[in-house]
Amino acid sequence: MTTMTTAQDPIQHWDTEPHHHAEGASTNIGFWIYLMSDCLMFAVLFAVFGVLGQSFAAGPGPKALFDLELVALNTAFLLLSSITFGFAMLAMFAGNKRGTLGWLAVTLLFGLAFLMVEIYEFYHLIHLGAGPQRSAFLSSFFALVGTHGLHVGFGSIWLVTLMVQISRKGLIPANMRRMTCLSMFWHFLDVIWIGVFTFVYLLGMI
Amino acid sequence: MATIDYSTTFLFGRLNLSAIPQEPIVWATFAVVAVIGIAVLAALTRYRLWGYLWHEWFTSVDHKKIGIMYMVLALIMLLRGFADAVMMRLQSVLAFGGSEGYLNAHHYDQIFTAHGVIMIFFVAMPFVTGLMNYLVPLQIGARDVSFPFLNNFSFWMTVGGAVIVMASLFIGEFAQTGWLAFPPLSGIGYSPWVGVDYYIWGLQVAGVGTTLSGINLLVTIIKMRAPGMTYMRLPVFTWTALCTNVLIVASFPVLTVTLVLLTLDRYLGTSFFTNDLGGNSMLYINLIWIWGHPEVYILILPLFGVFSEVTATFSGKRLFGYTSMVYATVCITVLSYLVWLHHFFTMGSGASVNAFFGITTMIISVPTGAKLFNWLFTMYRGRIRFELPMMWTVAFMLTFTVGGMTGVLLAVPPADFVLHNSLFLVAHFHNVIIGGVLFGLFAAINYWWPKAFGFKLDVFWGKVSFWLWVVGFWFAFMPLYILGLMGVTRRLRVFDDPDLWIWFALSGLGVLMVAGGIGAMLVQFGVSIWKREELTDHSGDPWDGRTLEWATSSPPPAYNFAFTPVVHGLDAWTDMKRDGQTRPRAPHLPIHMPKNTGTGVILSALATICGFALVWYIWWLAALSFLGIIVVAIAHSFNYDRDYHIPVDEVDRTEAARDRQLAATKA
Repeated sequence: MTTMTTAQDPIQHWDTEPHHHAEGASTNIGFWIYLMSDCLMFAVLFAVFGVLGQSFAAGPGPKALFDLELVALNTAFLLLSSITFGFAMLAMFAGNKRGTLGWLAVTLLFGLAFLMVEIYEFYHLIHLGAGPQRSAFLSSFFALVGTHGLHVGFGSIWLVTLMVQISRKGLIPANMRRMTCLSMFWHFLDVIWIGVFTFVYLLGMI
Repeated sequence: MATIDYSTTFLFGRLNLSAIPQEPIVWATFAVVAVIGIAVLAALTRYRLWGYLWHEWFTSVDHKKIGIMYMVLALIMLLRGFADAVMMRLQSVLAFGGSEGYLNAHHYDQIFTAHGVIMIFFVAMPFVTGLMNYLVPLQIGARDVSFPFLNNFSFWMTVGGAVIVMASLFIGEFAQTGWLAFPPLSGIGYSPWVGVDYYIWGLQVAGVGTTLSGINLLVTIIKMRAPGMTYMRLPVFTWTALCTNVLIVASFPVLTVTLVLLTLDRYLGTSFFTNDLGGNSMLYINLIWIWGHPEVYILILPLFGVFSEVTATFSGKRLFGYTSMVYATVCITVLSYLVWLHHFFTMGSGASVNAFFGITTMIISVPTGAKLFNWLFTMYRGRIRFELPMMWTVAFMLTFTVGGMTGVLLAVPPADFVLHNSLFLVAHFHNVIIGGVLFGLFAAINYWWPKAFGFKLDVFWGKVSFWLWVVGFWFAFMPLYILGLMGVTRRLRVFDDPDLWIWFALSGLGVLMVAGGIGAMLVQFGVSIWKREELTDHSGDPWDGRTLEWATSSPPPAYNFAFTPVVHGLDAWTDMKRDGQTRPRAPHLPIHMPKNTGTGVILSALATICGFALVWYIWWLAALSFLGIIVVAIAHSFNYDRDYHIPVDEVDRTEAARDRQLAATKA
């Protein structure tokens, strides 16, 4: 410390030593807070489904429309993708670039499989005349499930981008930080899906 | 209004010649805007300022420059929003005794909607965000915000939203629904053309910016504080900024989703808020106020912080009751989520629900009152200097208290059943927003202007503006309280009862005074820039300030502080001055800073085009520009080279210049 000091006062008001803020030190908490704001969007969609979920407008209800076995399969895809993303993170921490890319690819496949099944389900419902325009129940169903699906879609685009970046630049700190963020995003979508599966599908079938 | 041609073409969607408004007033406005716009563009080209603006401002990631750009945006939009206010008051003076006034219903309804939307989203919000952007990093002793690029992007998204809203003036129409666009009126059945769509996309584009800037500032305060600056040593303004950004992050997503659902109703024919097929329009009104009530605290809290800083500085005392001030702020933050239903007691949710929300509303006045007493006790036995910021603060205390009391009156559900949607309500919220938010911003502008530009604002014109504003405000809104008590509802275009006229006339007189106040303020800025040599402040601390922003030069260097301040208590700068440690001496080091980038401008331009295309159903353009956003965002993520070091000799030069400035002050 070489600050100007008076003899009586030992308190230092300035730090003149070199300072190194770890680069990207705020990214994790920043992304976490973003996720919380995203979570709030889902909270609103859940609330809307809670209010409108019984407004069938003399149209079909959950029991006539949902195929629980298909949704269970879909849930399995998504939960497995979370596990495989976890393996990708472990490989990353071990410094294993090939392993990371491999597990990311598996995660992507599960994510895409989830999306395919969801698109099939939506297509099937619309084909039955139970599209989002049919009733407030279906409007809120499509909005909630569709928003989740859109998130998985954008997550997949991000995943592909990150795979390209890792294969080009390797497991540099910037890419590891991005991996951490995407991993939080991916698990977050899993948590939301568990809510969707429980409140929309399971409770709807009672 | 002329008939609208609803037919669509592939190339232009539903955009056709009928989109040109058939209003001479709008044509005249367009002519004036075009002349001014061309003059500005010509001047920029003539003096070769484009490169300067682009490199030094538009692409800048410096929180100080972004803060100033937010303020400029807000000031420009204030003129637009105020022009709407003048038109409304003029209409209500003329439209008596069988006269229809000079505005038809279609035009008048757009004006009151645009006035509200612009004043809240594009005046108050950018003012507040700009202020926080400028001050928070300086007050916590940081060199920038946590995510500087995101900051630039957020600003440009706000501009994009403003552009979309302004475009509606000359191409098509704006919403005629009131500023919150309640369904079913805002549904496709009652608002079939583009007005509500302009509203939706303008707010959505700007909303992305607001949410991201909220996250950014929140993280900045959590992670970037100087060593020793614990939460209970944060300057009060930073505390209020912290709470404001918590509110932003925890409320704007609600607005986003609510507007998305309204969009789905309008574009895809879903039934969230419709009258048929099970939709529920009260759901919209609940959701939008779950965002809307925290929003009013987003606006006022930072100004409570401003008043705290100003009162302490100009009373020459430490703030009275710092701890209680912090707890009051946090209380208000939490309570702001528990009162939304008071905006529609008349929904009919029953006595117990209304009683709950009435009581929570009244409870909010307790922490607010505590704050007021803290300011008064800070002034008590202080050496008060009645400089302009302090004058605005005293005006706030008197004005805002009246607004607060009428608010408590409205919180009584039976009273609200009488006063709901009356001019009493209009007078109440203008009383708190003008008396609180705007007066606070004017205090802040007068207080921190010397920090931002290195010279003080002219006092004479500042006082002219002050008296015109304050007296004008009372003239403009006290009559509205009376009219409201007489049962006049808001948003009326013509009046039958001639007894009401005098009150509208008085109110109109007040608006003219406010116009004078705005004019005097612009003159104040102009005169101060003209006389900047004699108003110069070299010290960097013209008011004998108490917080860290006064510890650096005015304007601060790009890196804010050459060395990191270490904080040992509240009012860190006062402590430094007491201990004679205002200027540390040590060899300088290269300073690590983020690089400028034009990506934010490009992304927001694409988002604006996308919004415009969606308004007009130009699907190919919407798809293309949305794709563009994704491609540009991904391309940006491939750029890993985002920062640089300011070399030591540049820091040396800057700091040597600062030494010469300080020497000149002492001489």
